[in-house]
Amino acid sequence: MAAHTLKDLEYWDARIRDKVAEFGLDCFPQEFEICDHTQMLGYMAYSGMPSHYPHWSYGKAYEKLKTLYDYGVSGIPYEMVINSNPALAYLMRDNSLCLHILTIAHVYGHNDFFKRNFTFRTTRAEFTIGTFKAHADRVRHYVDTPSIGLEKVESFLDAAHSLSLQCRRNLAVKKLSQEEERERLIAVATPREDPFQRIHRRRQPTEPDLKRVPPTPEEDLLLFIRDHNPFLQEWEKDLLTIVHEEAQYFIPQIETKIMNEGWASFWHKQILDALELPQELHLEFLVRHNQVVRPIPGQLNPYHLGLKVWEDIERRGDRPTPEEKENLPPGKTGRDLVFQTREVDRDASFLRRWLHETLMRDLDLFRYEAKGDDLVVSEVSDQEGWRRVKETLVKSVGMGSIPVIRVEDADHNHNRTLLLAHLHDGRDLQLEYAEKTLAYVHRLWGREVALETVVNGKRTVLTYGERGFSAKASK
Amino acid sequence: MDRTLESIFRPFEGSSAERSDRSAGDRARHRLKVRESIRENIADIIAEESIIGKDREKIIKVPIRGIREYKFVYGENAPGVGQGGGDSQTGQVVGKAKHTGKGEDKAGDQPGTDYYETDVTLEELIDIMFEDLELPDLERKALRQIEAYRLAKRKGYRQVGIRVRLDKRRTVRARVKRKLASRRAHADATLESPADAGLAPSRERFPFHDDDLIYRHMVTDVKRESNAVVVCIMDTSGSMDTMKKYLARSFFFLLYQFICTKYRNVEIVFIAHHTEANEVTEEEFFHKGESGGTFISSGYLKTLEIVQARYHPSLWNVYAFHCSDGDNFDSDNPAALRTAKELAEVCNLFGYGEIKPLGSRYYESSMLNIFRRLDADNFQTVLIERKEDIWPSFKAFLAKDRGREQGA
Repeated sequence: MAAHTLKDLEYWDARIRDKVAEFGLDCFPQEFEICDHTQMLGYMAYSGMPSHYPHWSYGKAYEKLKTLYDYGVSGIPYEMVINSNPALAYLMRDNSLCLHILTIAHVYGHNDFFKRNFTFRTTRAEFTIGTFKAHADRVRHYVDTPSIGLEKVESFLDAAHSLSLQCRRNLAVKKLSQEEERERLIAVATPREDPFQRIHRRRQPTEPDLKRVPPTPEEDLLLFIRDHNPFLQEWEKDLLTIVHEEAQYFIPQIETKIMNEGWASFWHKQILDALELPQELHLEFLVRHNQVVRPIPGQLNPYHLGLKVWEDIERRGDRPTPEEKENLPPGKTGRDLVFQTREVDRDASFLRRWLHETLMRDLDLFRYEAKGDDLVVSEVSDQEGWRRVKETLVKSVGMGSIPVIRVEDADHNHNRTLLLAHLHDGRDLQLEYAEKTLAYVHRLWGREVALETVVNGKRTVLTYGERGFSAKASK
Repeated sequence: MDRTLESIFRPFEGSSAERSDRSAGDRARHRLKVRESIRENIADIIAEESIIGKDREKIIKVPIRGIREYKFVYGENAPGVGQGGGDSQTGQVVGKAKHTGKGEDKAGDQPGTDYYETDVTLEELIDIMFEDLELPDLERKALRQIEAYRLAKRKGYRQVGIRVRLDKRRTVRARVKRKLASRRAHADATLESPADAGLAPSRERFPFHDDDLIYRHMVTDVKRESNAVVVCIMDTSGSMDTMKKYLARSFFFLLYQFICTKYRNVEIVFIAHHTEANEVTEEEFFHKGESGGTFISSGYLKTLEIVQARYHPSLWNVYAFHCSDGDNFDSDNPAALRTAKELAEVCNLFGYGEIKPLGSRYYESSMLNIFRRLDADNFQTVLIERKEDIWPSFKAFLAKDRGREQGA
């Protein structure tokens, strides 16, 4: 047992909260729970949720985490925070006092980010824990219902999980209902009053196909299937809703991983520097801090990248180069800039706006591609290459790591085939996974499913129907 | 200072079962899935080189399919961005391409690794293997057990028997008893008729009577032996290449493991033959290449010799399996058939596996045709063309044994 008590933690927490207020961070009330490593592994397997519905995949997650931990491949994170109101954080009992102080400060960074970043607006933090509990209760109820049972629930969840992240990315944009969508299409297609009609001809507007379902391509696959497959049972629809809603909770976190970790690291550093720790604690802090935010060669450490960008934003506000000065709003300090940015950006826009050539060169970012069996550097952040590196990075962060697949037509070929289309951006789908996932879509949709994509530069349609999987190149 | 931000600390509570082991149910479920998956792919797993020749307690990694959580993910041509040490150059190799589903593990949204491995002990794997065999008869009924007669078990005493088993002490005691009893009878008689009293001399001879003789009784005891010997015979002639040897080895391994689950005491003998046969060590058996032609009969003769000398069929369950590519000298074929027949008589189960990897010249001579003429119900031939065949052939081989069990 570590040589400190709860009293020590409370003392340091109070001092940290003073600093948090002083720096102007805006947090939810915070709860800390002290746990040991088995409890921590348990929480990690269920994404930190105190209650969660059962599914074997969480057992798998636990085994995996435990194996990695037992073999010392990866340590257990010092903390874990969940986005709820009040925010809930778990602290590892066996950590040293210094680590606790660092962790507590770090947690307040996340807490502020959860409360203020725009992507988290939609998560309704005050209901998080209750919602997950309600989901768990509902799923357990279905498992216990004699006519449904574990096997059915489990295999349906297997299918639903495979599509859980096939949903809209920017939750801050309001989702229109199909009616509103149709109205919008009509509005777009209706030609505006043109006083010069006689002088020049305008392009004839094309008439939108209003009978099509969905009127515009739909990204929320699970919800679409729920609403358009008439053969689903009520419990099946409910499971789709549950899986979709849980994914919605995680999307902001996926979308802001770099910003969020960078932000928390930025603030734990500021706070601990301001705390004037006793020397031995301070030295340990420096060691720990450097462990957390060190660059990992060949990979991308979100803590490191995020912290560097945040520090650079603050520097820009305070000591801009002449050309940077032109692009900045006048009268803003570095602090103003970082607070503003933490509110309005997510990883993709954060990097697009703030990552620049000099910083990229300092970080030595490079772009790699698979060549044969190796990953080979194809572009480094020099004068010619940095834009390409940045472009690749911006494309692959957050939800950019997940292919965009949209429902095009629910009645393709007039036989209720579900037509999906992959928005191909140069990255092909992994075909084995695509095949297996299509089988799940087929399971949920109950009819043939077709997916348009591009494989090795050729337009291809993957279908999954009664007779299994097939892939055909199309014209 | 005015503090609006509030915080609470909840102290550590020991690991009550509910709190710390909430994942137990899901883990059990996952474990079950892993087991199912292993069973489905058992033939492939067994064919993996890595498990052959391992110690039973050892934990082995088993790659399994079907337990992945499939999602739409990007394939190999998706580029990524990494960070270097400050001196990255174009063209530098920074890692190995994974051949499926790439990406870092972000909030559990990516498959992370392209394959999934699980740890099982060989013991567990073998259990699963034999579950797959679906041999309920074999599970319940022990395989044929050899009854050895041990003659030297004493069981009580009898009044008849052969001289050598006479128990002298008991015989003397019986005589003393009889003597005392008779003296008393004598005294009683004197009491009744005092006139006779002077007649009885005090030192009368009192000989052994037939009734005094007590013999140790012997019964023949039936002892159930649980010994088995696995005789691995392999053709090590020039035509047996590494691939063929590997296939043979996998088969021997399975056989040995199977026999181990059935008998308490299992020995293994390796016989390598080309034109002549030798008993060799395991190491030599699998790694030492020989060259030259093939006399299959030489291997069988050597086996018969060893079985007679060390593993007599009255005490041992003999399992013999021979792997060859079937490339025997024609002149040896009749001898091979004859010795095979003899061998089948002493073995519980005798098998011949012909290993012809696909692509090898098919028109080469085959012993399968010749052995077809061998009519013994505990003899089985199998053809192994690739590693996937090992498991089915093994099953076929054991099916013979089962048939015999049921017939017996």
